[in-house]
Amino acid sequence: MAIRPILGLFETADQAADAGDALKEADVSPDDIDFMTDAPYPEGAFGEREERHRLYVFPLCGALIGLTVGILLTTMTQMAYPLVQGGKPILSLPPMAVVTYESTMLTAIIFTIIGIVFESRLPRMKMGLYDTRITEGLIGVLVNVEEDRLPNISEIFSGAGAIDIVRES
Amino acid sequence: MQEGRPLSATQVNRDLLRSILETPKWFWTVVGILGFIVLIAFAAAGLMVNHGMGLTGMNRPVMWGFFITNFVFWIGISHAGVMLSAILRLSKAEWRRPATRAAEVLTVFSLMTAMMMPVIHTGRPWRVVYWIYTLPFVPYDYARGIWPNIRSPLVWDPSAVYTYLTSSILFVLVALIPDFAVLRDRTTGMQHTIYSILAMGWRGNPRQWKLQIVAGILLSALILPVFVSVHSIVSWDFGMAVAVKSWHSTIFAPYFVVGAVHSGVSAVAFVMIILRYIYGWQDYIRHEHIDALARLLVVVATAWFYFFVMEVIFGIYGREADELAVRTLQFAGGYKIWMIIFIVTTYFIPVTIWLSRSARRNLWIMSFACISVNIGMWLERFLIIVPGLAQKAVLSFSWGTYRPSPIEITIVFGTFAMVSVLMLLFSRVIPLIPLYDMKEGEILRTEVKIGRRIVPAVVRED
Repeated sequence: MAIRPILGLFETADQAADAGDALKEADVSPDDIDFMTDAPYPEGAFGEREERHRLYVFPLCGALIGLTVGILLTTMTQMAYPLVQGGKPILSLPPMAVVTYESTMLTAIIFTIIGIVFESRLPRMKMGLYDTRITEGLIGVLVNVEEDRLPNISEIFSGAGAIDIVRES
Repeated sequence: MQEGRPLSATQVNRDLLRSILETPKWFWTVVGILGFIVLIAFAAAGLMVNHGMGLTGMNRPVMWGFFITNFVFWIGISHAGVMLSAILRLSKAEWRRPATRAAEVLTVFSLMTAMMMPVIHTGRPWRVVYWIYTLPFVPYDYARGIWPNIRSPLVWDPSAVYTYLTSSILFVLVALIPDFAVLRDRTTGMQHTIYSILAMGWRGNPRQWKLQIVAGILLSALILPVFVSVHSIVSWDFGMAVAVKSWHSTIFAPYFVVGAVHSGVSAVAFVMIILRYIYGWQDYIRHEHIDALARLLVVVATAWFYFFVMEVIFGIYGREADELAVRTLQFAGGYKIWMIIFIVTTYFIPVTIWLSRSARRNLWIMSFACISVNIGMWLERFLIIVPGLAQKAVLSFSWGTYRPSPIEITIVFGTFAMVSVLMLLFSRVIPLIPLYDMKEGEILRTEVKIGRRIVPAVVRED
């Protein structure tokens, strides 16, 4: 049986949460339910599963790479042109520290951005079932179920107070 | 901090996207005028490049003038943006919501403008490639036997500023993804295609929102140390120079950072007042927000004034003849009028204004105070740079003064027009108030009954 998406649009968070509860009672897996909003709601507002991520690993990896690159870059630059200036050592630490610090922070930030995009599962090439009214304040509850269960899900949405139900055309 | 009326998501979209989906009548006229000023400035810069640096007022010993003053000024303005945004995000200050985006965008454009100044200052902009010593395949200076000092603080500067610029651009772009999605859903044709690409298929599910919130906090925490480092390093351009007496000060780094925050936050407050006026965003940028910024500025201004006084006291405490000579030049010599204007406009006028609640809530008076701070802060940079250089240096016979030429004045005015026109043009393609942040504020808005009063409040999740 083919898996099809169906989208219920709700006006309030309470209605969307009720729809989510009713779907779970109807044996729809939490992995097949998704909520779509135009603003961040408090975590668990719709009774959704807790989202786990590894975003914190990204800046750490980036910082380590940046630190290494910074040390290598400043060391190699100074070693490549060994001109003594003002009687100071060729490998002078204070200027190395500044440039290395900046490269560490820059790479940490770039990796954080990569992490955000990656962990958010972006970019998404196909939008799938979606309704532009979601960015007008409606709350979308998206369910992926077997085709023969679509009428049942539609009834659940109506029962929870959906103002519209959208299916794939 | 919840004085406004409740707003629906539809209304937030309609109001905040008006600047993008509709073009006000005045828009292209203002852009045209500002663009013309920018063109004149570019023409002046072109003339200077063609005829040489003799067209400027710079000469030995004053080799840093309006251009470097302007560079430090715009770096300072850029500091407010991300600092304000990051600190307010980390502290979950409710009044941050309308201020963050405009502040971050101002940071980006100020930094871009700032980075143009040293390039123009070289007089031979194409020789900037000489500075890029870090690229092993461009060792041009070495090949020619010029041997620049790769350990110079002037090399730290681009590394810090470009780190800050890259980070700020990425910070702005990540926070823009949900708003690009709103624009994707409200536009058609080519605009729709562009916003769809920029939104990257954003759907606004709990996972994406969670990562947006974590990202805001994580990036704020990462960018704050960069922000502190940037102006510290800019101050070391001066502080590390042993030969110029009034520059060689250990207090310069915190003094510059606090000064940058002072001028930058004032600039953000002024930009917010302008946005409120030109786009009719009275429901979003409210008197309470400007009031909050002004109260923050009282603290920042006083901290800055403390560092300023300390810097002068430390300078004269050692009673070194050269240092005293510079201080005399600043306070009793040819620069004393400018010194008085600088101190009065940077501290005494604005702080006196900000101590009054009614003045903090009067947008005309607030605009005057913010402009006053920035006139003063521009003069501050000038009065640090020029008198120090104008004094005769040790073992040299050069005495001199500095008068900016019309070319330099034109270019400096052009930079103000450039930042303004870039902000205006940007407001045509992205909302300068984050839509999702405002909507989140509305979701969390509530009312609490305390005794016989119902108090507007906001729910905050930890």
